[in-house]
Amino acid sequence: MKENGQKVIEADHLVKIYRRGSEEIAAVNDISLSVKVGEFVSFVGPSGSGKTTLINILGCLDNPSSGKLVLAGRTVVDHGEALSEATLTKIRREIFGYIFQKFYLIPTLTVIENVMLPFTFYKKPGAENDVERILKLMGIDHRKDHLPGQISGGEMQRVAIARALVNRPRIILADEPTGNLDTRRSQEIGDLLKGLNQKEGLTIILVTHNPALAKRADRIIELRDGKIYAPVHA
Amino acid sequence: MIKILNVAYKNLLRKKTRSGLTIIGIALAAWVLVSLLGFNKGYESSLNRDIDNLGFQMIVTAKGCPYEAATLMLKGGTGLRYMPQNITEQIAREPEVEAVTSMLMQAVFDPNKGESGGYSAYLGVDPATFPQMKSFLEFKQGKWFTDPDALEAVLGYEAAELEQREVGDPLLIIEKNVEVKVVGILKRTGTQDDGTIFLPLNSVQKIFGVKDELTGVGIKVKKEADMVQFEEKMYKLPDVQVVSLSQVKQTIMTLVSTAKVMVFSIALIAILISVVGVINTILMSVMERLQEIGILKSMGATAWDIFKLIWLETLILCISGGMIGAALAMATAKLTEVLIRQLLPYAPSGGLVQINLSLIILTFGVVILIGLLSGVYPSWKAGRVRPLEAIRSQVE
Ligand SMILES: Nc1ncnc2c1ncn2[C@@H]1O[C@H](COP(=O)(O)OP(=O)(O)OP(=O)(O)O)[C@@H](O)[C@H]1O
Ligand SMILES: [Mg+2]
Repeated sequence: MKENGQKVIEADHLVKIYRRGSEEIAAVNDISLSVKVGEFVSFVGPSGSGKTTLINILGCLDNPSSGKLVLAGRTVVDHGEALSEATLTKIRREIFGYIFQKFYLIPTLTVIENVMLPFTFYKKPGAENDVERILKLMGIDHRKDHLPGQISGGEMQRVAIARALVNRPRIILADEPTGNLDTRRSQEIGDLLKGLNQKEGLTIILVTHNPALAKRADRIIELRDGKIYAPVHA
Repeated sequence: MIKILNVAYKNLLRKKTRSGLTIIGIALAAWVLVSLLGFNKGYESSLNRDIDNLGFQMIVTAKGCPYEAATLMLKGGTGLRYMPQNITEQIAREPEVEAVTSMLMQAVFDPNKGESGGYSAYLGVDPATFPQMKSFLEFKQGKWFTDPDALEAVLGYEAAELEQREVGDPLLIIEKNVEVKVVGILKRTGTQDDGTIFLPLNSVQKIFGVKDELTGVGIKVKKEADMVQFEEKMYKLPDVQVVSLSQVKQTIMTLVSTAKVMVFSIALIAILISVVGVINTILMSVMERLQEIGILKSMGATAWDIFKLIWLETLILCISGGMIGAALAMATAKLTEVLIRQLLPYAPSGGLVQINLSLIILTFGVVILIGLLSGVYPSWKAGRVRPLEAIRSQVE
């Protein structure tokens, strides 16, 4: 899948401006980039450099102030005008799996129930057949009937990743997925993401402050003050 | 596959105390609602039964004619005036009338009665309508007449004592020299019926030779009818006088409607309080879970999905509260009744708090409506949460 160099994300002159009183902050300041199918891209940069803002825009979770965004050939934002919220919801569940720093597991649902929670709202045909495999892949199959309170932080994040995977996303968006984990657990998560990228051919967009984790990517993009500072090719 | 209902339920389990307290709040409201409405219904039907027990609330007699056996006797059995029998049909045609019954009173002096003789009063009644109208009359022995023309008598409790008759005994109507058979003896009622000897109307007319004539017509007026107005209408009939219980009934009905207004206001307040409680609980849980709701949306939940989820949570709270409240109300109905009896200046006989299936269904309807209504705003608010808010709030 990697050899097919089709672009899955094409961003063109994206700008995001926040107003704080009379002050205007360009959190994302004219960023153009593209991501190919099956690529693993890391975003790094100092705090406040706009990483989160950028990948939220890429993931259709936020609208840019101006610019154009094309996802899998479909124009999602043009001249800062986004599609309707309902259409965006469809695109989001079709294309993305999101992983965040916090895990947001529902404490009264078991591991397996949390993993399958997305099916309550939407299920790609046949997706339920992957669940067992994903649990195994994440190394949490022996924990599936436990409640989140009964497992470790690393396991919780793996549950959250499994949950992001069950609907067969094409792109995984991970914003500091190891922010709450120690070095060992972070490394495990890094291995998992790398594995997903290599074995499953998933496109991965990762934001991290952890240099070791960032290095797992094919490409590292450094942001400073909302601009691409130095695209470093690994 | 895990269903949205299950997720809603599991969400409620996360804050057991809060969910529990909200359910208790709704249960109390439901309890008040069921008890009050049950009381309202019970009170009204007991009252109606008491009023029904009067038999008829109005008697039309010929002008100047005594309408009670007692008065008749005081007047020495004289002063009887008659009305034509067809007046009954005429009255029955009035829209306010529920039922009518024709009566013919006759009195005979019996020199052997008591020390210096006395009058025996015979009331001819229509076997087709009178027993129905006075359905509360109970028999100590026997039953009503076998035939509208039968030479049979039913004796009031005191009349039976005085005449010393049992069912099956003969009773001689002195002066007319007719012998009738006692077929029934009534239980004590505490009314003038106790001293009356009832005979079929036709038989009295025949025995006393007053064909096609009546001394009185008993009228049962419809509950919703305006008694005062109807009374005036009756006075327009030629040469009649009207004896009515309209004042009494009117007063009671006013009392009832005042009680009703009070009951409904209390129920309304209880409902309002529980609505506010439910909105508060759900809104709080929505606010606490903004981030999580954002995550659900990033998973593919639509605004409508979230709306449904939160609405279901509200409904679960309300339905469980409603069930507990209804059960509580049924369990404490007797207690409520005792309490109410102590509070009320006038309480009719019979069950004061009546809880039946339709009342329970009504309460459930109200409770579900509470849930639906109070869930709207929080659910709508939750549905509008943007997935971004989840991610953003972790920056802080
Ligand atoms: N909702 C907002 N309103 C106003 N300013 C915002 C908002 N969100 C972000 N910003 C500003 O935009 C800039 C970029 O923020 P962003 O969260 O994208 O940075 P980041 O690179 O993800 O930082 P970190 O590494 O700390 O997560 C910051 O200056 C931030 O203060
Ligand atoms: Mg960030």
